[in-house]
Amino acid sequence: KKLDRMPINTTSNTDVFSTIDGTKQALAKVYGAFALTGSSGSGSSDLGGIDAGTSDFLRLYWNAQELPTDEALCAWGDPGIPDLNEISWTSGNLLLNGLYNRCIYQITVANSFIRETENVPASFSDEDKENLTHFRAEARFVRAYQYWVLMDLFGNPPFTDENSKIGKIAPPQIKRADLFTYIESELKAIEPDLVAPKQNEYGRADQAADWALLARLYLNAAVYTGTDHYTDAITYSEKVINSGYSLDTHYNDLFLADNNVNNPETILSINYDGNETQNYGGTTFLVNACIDGSTGDGPDAYGVPAGGWGGIRARSPLPKLFGDDYTASKDKRAALMLGTEYDITNTTTFAEGVKVIKFRNTNSDGSLPANASTFVSTDFPLFRLAEQYLIYAEAVLRGGTGGDKATAISYINKLRERAYGNTSGNVANITLPFILDERARELYYEGFRRTDLIRFGEFTGSAYIWPWKGGIKDGTSVADKYNLFPIPASDVAANPDNLTQNPGYGN
Amino acid sequence: NNQINIILIRDSSSNLGDVVVIGYGSVDKKDVTGAIATISTKDFQKGSITSFDQMIAGKAPGISITSNGGHPGSGSTIRIRGLSSLSAGQDPLQVVDGAPFSGYVNPNDIESVTILKDAASAAIYGSRASGGVILITTKKGRLGQTKVNFNNQFSLSQVKDYVDVLTADQFRDFVNSSSFFNEEAKSLMGTANTNWQKEIYRTAVTSNNNISLSGGIGKIPYRLSVGYLNQAGILKTDNMGRTTGSLSLTPTLWQNHLKITLNLNGSVTRNRNANQGAIGAAIAFDPTQSVYDGTDHTFGNYYEWVRADGTPNPLAAFNPVSMLSQRTDISHYNRGFGNINVDYSLHFLPDLHVSANLGFDVGNSTGTTKEQPTSRNTYNLQSSTVYKGLNNQYSSDFNNYFAEYMLNYKKDITSIKSNINAILLYGYYDDRSVTDNYASYDYFNREIPNSQPKYPDSLKQNTLISYVGRLIYTYDNKYTLTASLRRDGSSKFAPDTRWGWFPSVALGWNLKKEGWFGDASALSSLKLRGSYGITGNQSGIDNYRFIPTYYLSDNVSNYQFGDNFYSMYTPSSYDESLKWEKTASANIGLDFGFFDQRIFGSVDVYNKHTTDLLAVVNIPAGTNFTNQLLTNIGSMTSKGAELNLGFVPVRSNDVEWTVNLNAAYNNSKITKLLANADSSFKGQPVGGIEGATGQTIQIQNMQQEPNAFLVYKQVYDANGKPIEGAYEDLNGDGQINPYDDQYSYKSPWPKWVLGFSTNLRYKKWNFSTTLRANIGNYMYNNIASNQGIAYNMSVNQYLANAVTDVLYTRFINKQQQSDYYVQNASFLKMDNIGITYNVGQVLKYKNTDLSLSAHVQNVLCITKYDGLDPEIYGGIDQNIYPNPRVYTIGLNLNF
Repeated sequence: KKLDRMPINTTSNTDVFSTIDGTKQALAKVYGAFALTGSSGSGSSDLGGIDAGTSDFLRLYWNAQELPTDEALCAWGDPGIPDLNEISWTSGNLLLNGLYNRCIYQITVANSFIRETENVPASFSDEDKENLTHFRAEARFVRAYQYWVLMDLFGNPPFTDENSKIGKIAPPQIKRADLFTYIESELKAIEPDLVAPKQNEYGRADQAADWALLARLYLNAAVYTGTDHYTDAITYSEKVINSGYSLDTHYNDLFLADNNVNNPETILSINYDGNETQNYGGTTFLVNACIDGSTGDGPDAYGVPAGGWGGIRARSPLPKLFGDDYTASKDKRAALMLGTEYDITNTTTFAEGVKVIKFRNTNSDGSLPANASTFVSTDFPLFRLAEQYLIYAEAVLRGGTGGDKATAISYINKLRERAYGNTSGNVANITLPFILDERARELYYEGFRRTDLIRFGEFTGSAYIWPWKGGIKDGTSVADKYNLFPIPASDVAANPDNLTQNPGYGN
Repeated sequence: NNQINIILIRDSSSNLGDVVVIGYGSVDKKDVTGAIATISTKDFQKGSITSFDQMIAGKAPGISITSNGGHPGSGSTIRIRGLSSLSAGQDPLQVVDGAPFSGYVNPNDIESVTILKDAASAAIYGSRASGGVILITTKKGRLGQTKVNFNNQFSLSQVKDYVDVLTADQFRDFVNSSSFFNEEAKSLMGTANTNWQKEIYRTAVTSNNNISLSGGIGKIPYRLSVGYLNQAGILKTDNMGRTTGSLSLTPTLWQNHLKITLNLNGSVTRNRNANQGAIGAAIAFDPTQSVYDGTDHTFGNYYEWVRADGTPNPLAAFNPVSMLSQRTDISHYNRGFGNINVDYSLHFLPDLHVSANLGFDVGNSTGTTKEQPTSRNTYNLQSSTVYKGLNNQYSSDFNNYFAEYMLNYKKDITSIKSNINAILLYGYYDDRSVTDNYASYDYFNREIPNSQPKYPDSLKQNTLISYVGRLIYTYDNKYTLTASLRRDGSSKFAPDTRWGWFPSVALGWNLKKEGWFGDASALSSLKLRGSYGITGNQSGIDNYRFIPTYYLSDNVSNYQFGDNFYSMYTPSSYDESLKWEKTASANIGLDFGFFDQRIFGSVDVYNKHTTDLLAVVNIPAGTNFTNQLLTNIGSMTSKGAELNLGFVPVRSNDVEWTVNLNAAYNNSKITKLLANADSSFKGQPVGGIEGATGQTIQIQNMQQEPNAFLVYKQVYDANGKPIEGAYEDLNGDGQINPYDDQYSYKSPWPKWVLGFSTNLRYKKWNFSTTLRANIGNYMYNNIASNQGIAYNMSVNQYLANAVTDVLYTRFINKQQQSDYYVQNASFLKMDNIGITYNVGQVLKYKNTDLSLSAHVQNVLCITKYDGLDPEIYGGIDQNIYPNPRVYTIGLNLNF
């Protein structure tokens, strides 16, 4: 028995889950796995095989969703980045490997939370029990969200749930269409256990988040399963729209350091804090990577006096959505861009290309958060009301029933009235191509673009060519296999009996 | 005769010619059955020797010693007979006078170093012996007149060579002539000509002073020694001061029935640790900028890269000279270890000994790292306007102890020509370490917000319990059988897996004694040995890895719900089934001697097979709280042969010439690395490289050498120059894909390790040299692959230097996976050359003996490798602290 040495500074699962406070701190990790790379500071990571600072969810997700599109181009030569810029990735891409493992890590943490909370401790009060019900539903929501990401990006990931044992047993692969069914059933099953819209604590999922993800899922259903669900998309986006959220009067306030305060529009966010929640990904990455020392009024002006990494800027189609000279546009959404050097002749020269300074580490009154240096306090919206308006309108145009075009136009005009400050930008009619453009004007740099282009059939092939698509300055067609990312070669190697690579990719 | 050698042998406690130290005892040399190398005082490398590993480098086959760099006190990586593991620790177990402690022993106190190479010899140490065992025996006192030895050395260390980077003029020419650089880059160039490497290195002085006294206090033999080493590093501001003391008392009581051996060793070390980041910064910093910036004092007068708006550029390298001069990192390290061995031979049964061996090893280290408020290094740790500089503390201590109780029965039974030597032993070993955690402070001692640690300290403890038995049976001085069995239990594993058996058996056959060769034969000795044994390995495995636990996130890793921040309970990854790594090894050896041992030596062949191999591998995603886990997953083999040859070509009163040659061949191969063998398995990437986040250059895969380089096959143009971005499409599918088009190319491990030593005495002069060679080892030149390109030279408003390889390749972008950077790193090194003059008696004082010496270390290195040093453990050349050339003069006085 002298050989039974137990660690200090750690706690057993029994202790953690014996109180509602401990359980809530475990729930904080289920959510925190979104925001942080690890639990021991910005240099720590839950994952191996990737630089800690690059291993968070948002940075990797953003790179995968934006760099291969007409919205953004990164100047860095770090492994994995040029491949994303040029749509030439392989199954060895480090960033895709990191993203895949990050999503699955968060699922594993959520699985264990759900498993550990199956039996309610006898000491729990009725209030504790009610909270526990919400916690469990939220953990299932987070898991469903990450499965949606995996389904959207990688198609056919390995599948685990709360019944999967921690150890070395290799999980089976799930087909994209089956995963769609699973996510749908989970989101519907947890609906009654989630807190009513706007009634939960900031940063935690409520029923509106559940509906918002269902609406997004249904809008893209044809891509995932071959069967469309536009009527369902209308149903669920309408539920969100009618649940009490409203547009933030100032568009740019949505992306500032104090966007956690008095924000009527964001439904669920990933929360960051320059002092309490530090990492080198997330909005810290989005603010710093989009500026360097010579951008605008310098890093101080954007709340990162010690930052400015000079990496990401727009490809020319993005500013041109606001007119040939976006600086003349009355659309205030264009005012978050800077510079007129549209063309990028050398992908590695940050000075070329219009800068996008959408996310900033300043408060809405212009002040800086305490101790502003490199780390950013701005929260990232995973779901906000504007997207639901756009989903509603698109689903109506695509033939969903239960909604009508007049309402759709009125929703679009709500976005445009906020953008213009008046009705001068309002539209009388909408078409699908207009919706794709309007989504880019409203949601650019928020991680939607790759999914949107795929839904519109414009991501691969030659239907739409943009600068540096396929690695050529004027752009070129790319193969259809790129509509799905490859399963990382390292996981195909580690789990060879179960995993089959996506079509067109070598291991 | 050689007077120095005689004195040293007289100081010895055992006659080295006849007795060999083995685990838990010693045996007559003729009874040795395993593969054991003993290196004693007269064979040690000489010169400025600061640790024991330097003394034995090149001296025996199968022992590979690779310097960890030139930082004072940084030591070496020792490997015995190649590799036995992939991810677990492979350092040999160090045992000092019977105490299994890794503490520092002053080389001047060491009498002999014995290396147990085969599993049969090492298996007596069970689960800690897979990397081999090194037994260090210290000098002991003898009753009689007090003897004093005074030994003083003075050394100068110099940089041998610099990394080839562009000079300021080359840099300007390159930037001005290459179309890659834009006008901004050209405008950023300065007018200075700075050799940054010259700015950070210096000629460093080392002095090493030792005094020892030995003799008897009454009837108690004693030896007391004190040493003081002051070693400056060649990197400016690097310095170590170490005082060591050792005491041994070896009384014998009750008519030799009770023998007590007390050994105490202590050291007090003060280090000023230079910021070794300056080594890489000096290679990368723009040579056209000057060290100092006369106009701006933001960074303490040092030039640093700032951006257009005047703020420091967060991506640029820092001024290397400032990195050294603006940091003061001083640490104090105290360590004491020792043991007492009480051996009682029973009065009524003197052949039976009962003994207890109790030992302790305690140490603590404390230190402070300070950075000036003007230091660029810490300028943006926190808001530039509030917190400046750094003043951080660190401390840790450890407390290890052990107790061993042994019964030993030794009996000569002449009636049946038999000798029996049997032991039974129980051992208990406990290791405990505590690291204190502190908040961070700026230079003005203001606490940096949210830096308070979540836990005030972290404690780690592990315990090992052992039962050991061994029988050595010798018949007729011709046949010797050694059999041992050890059972170890470790707290690092779950109850179901924590106990392991480690058996061994060995046979020795003294062929010379068979009388087949007659008496007149030139053959003076001949012995055949064969052995088989199993050792284990648990080092490198963290404590508590099998227990599912949760830990709280620290103060900068909280998550916000509502208006509150919550410390997150985080599940740790774990492996319930983690267990011992086991190495089974067979050895066959032949010892021989001719012409009255004027020619002598041994040949050994061995086969090691490791199962339950521990490796950090990608686990299937979704199975644990991480994607890479240390687990028992594979197996590997090492096969090899060793030859050791000694000659004494000349032996007369005035001249003695001795030569030692040794050669070792080793080939290691991974035989399994997957729970279920699968042909589609591509291997486990390892060997992280600089310049690419998370990128690796090596692969562990089945039927290959460990750490083989996994690279693309570079395509060259008609002139033999590599073409940027052009690789061979190995599978012919028209694309260049990882794995599919990469191939395993060579490995960092030498096929052959050779050693050569010679000693020539002519009257009072003594000349010696040691050479070593490694053949078949390859190196990935990470400095060239990372800094031999144009892309890094001009990014985001700063410039950086490149290595001169860029002038040849003209690469714009990194080609880090190219086999162009994997280079043959075979080498021949002259480690040491020296001369000693034995003055003998000083003036009229009869009992004095003085000798003077001069040595040079790191004399020369012949290699095709392009980088600074072809000998870097692991085969990836990053910014190493160069090993200096050292010139030493010494004085040794006995009286």
